Amino acid sequence: MYKILEKTQFSEKVFKFRIEAPQMAKHAHAGQFLMVRANETGERVPFTFADWNPEEGWVEFIFMVVGKTTEMLSTYKEGDSLLDVTGPLGQPTEMGDGTWAVIGGGVGLAIAFPVARQLKATGHEVHAIMGARTKDLLLLEDQFRATLPDDHIHITTDDGSYGEKGVVTAPLERLLQEKKVDHVFCVGPVPMMKFSALTAEKYGTPITASLNPIMVDGTGMCGCCRVEVGGETKFACVDGPDFDATKVNWNDLRARQAAYRTEEGQALKAYEEANCACQR
Amino acid sequence: MPEVNGRWVADMKLPRTPANEEPADERAKDFRPVDKGFTEEMAVAEASRCMRCKKPLCVEGCPVNINIPGFIEKIYEHKFGEGLDIIHEASMLPAICGRVCPQENQCEGRCIRGKKSEPVAIGQLERFLGDMPEVASEPKMAPKNGKKVAVIGAGPSGITCAGELARNGFDVTVFEAFFTGGGVLVYGIPEFRLPKAVVKREIDGLEKLGVKFEYNSVVGRITNAEELFAQGYDAMYIATGAGLPKFLNVPGENLPNVFFANEYLTRVNLMKANKFPEYDTPTKRAKNVVVFGGGNVAMDSVRTALRLGAETVTLCYRRTEKEMPARRAEVEHAKAEGVIIHELASPLEFVAGEDGAVKSVKVQNMELGEPDASGRRRPIPIEGSVDELPCDLGVSAIGTNANPIAKLIGPEKLNKWGYIEADEDGRTSDPRIWAGGDIVTGAATVILAMGAGKKAAASMTKALLGE
Repeated sequence: MYKILEKTQFSEKVFKFRIEAPQMAKHAHAGQFLMVRANETGERVPFTFADWNPEEGWVEFIFMVVGKTTEMLSTYKEGDSLLDVTGPLGQPTEMGDGTWAVIGGGVGLAIAFPVARQLKATGHEVHAIMGARTKDLLLLEDQFRATLPDDHIHITTDDGSYGEKGVVTAPLERLLQEKKVDHVFCVGPVPMMKFSALTAEKYGTPITASLNPIMVDGTGMCGCCRVEVGGETKFACVDGPDFDATKVNWNDLRARQAAYRTEEGQALKAYEEANCACQR
Repeated sequence: MPEVNGRWVADMKLPRTPANEEPADERAKDFRPVDKGFTEEMAVAEASRCMRCKKPLCVEGCPVNINIPGFIEKIYEHKFGEGLDIIHEASMLPAICGRVCPQENQCEGRCIRGKKSEPVAIGQLERFLGDMPEVASEPKMAPKNGKKVAVIGAGPSGITCAGELARNGFDVTVFEAFFTGGGVLVYGIPEFRLPKAVVKREIDGLEKLGVKFEYNSVVGRITNAEELFAQGYDAMYIATGAGLPKFLNVPGENLPNVFFANEYLTRVNLMKANKFPEYDTPTKRAKNVVVFGGGNVAMDSVRTALRLGAETVTLCYRRTEKEMPARRAEVEHAKAEGVIIHELASPLEFVAGEDGAVKSVKVQNMELGEPDASGRRRPIPIEGSVDELPCDLGVSAIGTNANPIAKLIGPEKLNKWGYIEADEDGRTSDPRIWAGGDIVTGAATVILAMGAGKKAAASMTKALLGE
């Protein structure tokens, strides 16, 4: 059992769990993930580390409520336990020399933050591009601001409710035009990563994407998370989750991510009906 | 009568006792165990067919050389505990191996009775005893020797090694990536062929011997050999299995609803997707399922597809049924349950429908040419002969490669395919590390993996206790 030491709510649908996992905390690196099976009937779901502390023996992950499992997780309280947590899994993010732009979109900001922090801690200059649909969904702004100077933080919202109106590729393009970055890291929804990749490629700047396909075992055994990268089949769980974003077959990734949409809807509906507030 | 003037004479007239199976048309609707196993009466009758050969070829055919005529004699005498003790001298997993060993290529394939009639049903008899673990003698436990061993992987090889070491007085901890023990026995082999309760009984038995299990622990990630040795482990046995699925390398292989068998089977066997939405892991219930391969994993896949309600299930194999590496019983079971065997066909392309998911598969028709290095006739494409089969769910079951996590565990040397190099006793290039099972041999059988675990345990015991 893995105890929830702390639960933080960022917005209506976004939460952070701090989990007691001393051995995992000792070996975690930015870019890696863990897999949760919350209870006996639960599915295995991957979450990238948001933070970890080897001295205090905990790891953290952030999740947004999008389906049955995340809705159920959001009802867990501090002191409750998750049945199974496996990790660290996947390859750590490679952090080459030079100045970096780290792009996070939506809940992807939770993954972008530890990468930005680690880059900063290892002496890199880092620009953060933070994207969200609307102001309320912008995650971890305080944490980013505590880590990076204000003029290195670029915020966009789709509806213009905060920062500049539009998408992350606008500030990315400016940074690339001004030749301010040597490497880009991006994580978020597929269209965001796809267009970030096209933008970086236009300027010949290498770009890494952290991918989030559906996984079952997370250790290279089942192949559910496979993605086509540069014409070759790769497993996000053991070869990734980071890949050269200019080589990812985004259409394949999107199709495979959507493969269980019907079943996911069915599971959520059944859960909500069984747990409706009026029934309690 | 089997005894004549005090000498054993086998009952040569009695035909082989047929397996005690659920009717094919009923069983394929759910995941109930297909083979109910011999009753006592059936087992004793079958035991009377054994000729008790002076030089038993069945024993030679057994990868771990179980004294087969010995335990069959005990069955005939109704001394089941003594019979099980005889098996335990060579194998700790008779309930499992009796169900999953390819007996027709091993013990039963060598049985002298098979020449003129049918071989003794050795697998069934082994399972008969394996299913009554309570009658065996209490295992002899050596006194604690103060040495600690880490076993990596709770599959058949790891749990065998752990059991042997515990009995030899070692303090054993098994590290397992999943949340439960058994490895391929739980994620790969379906309930209808190997009930999970049988595997759990073995794991529970190990816990009673004092073996500790650390689940959710991917060694190579959450810890590694160096750290474990620093924590006081004296030796390590690596048995992580073969892992990574092999690709068909055809267009459309990554379309939604095209699976590697490991995923297709894991969703159901380990995650209970057949009980979705009671269990959260979904799977696809398709109309026309096509599976590629000819081994046991392919058979498990087609039979799982039937049980998930498919209307047609087709097994495509590039050679003919005769060359299929699967256990004979599995092929027969699949056919009896309604699987269509499409021989001499190799996948060319998975074709997407309007929804983006697979809707059909094109296959290249083949013919058999000259025998290849494996001695089987090589399949050759018939130019221009292509069929397109309706397929809203495809499964690739053509084997596995080494899992790349193996190289993160420790300093032991790997071969060019990524498998661990180990000698007969499982010794690797590092004197503290032994390895065995599929991560050494590539994908093989449960019994070979188990045998490797047993040999390694003996070698480790000798090395660590200086005997």
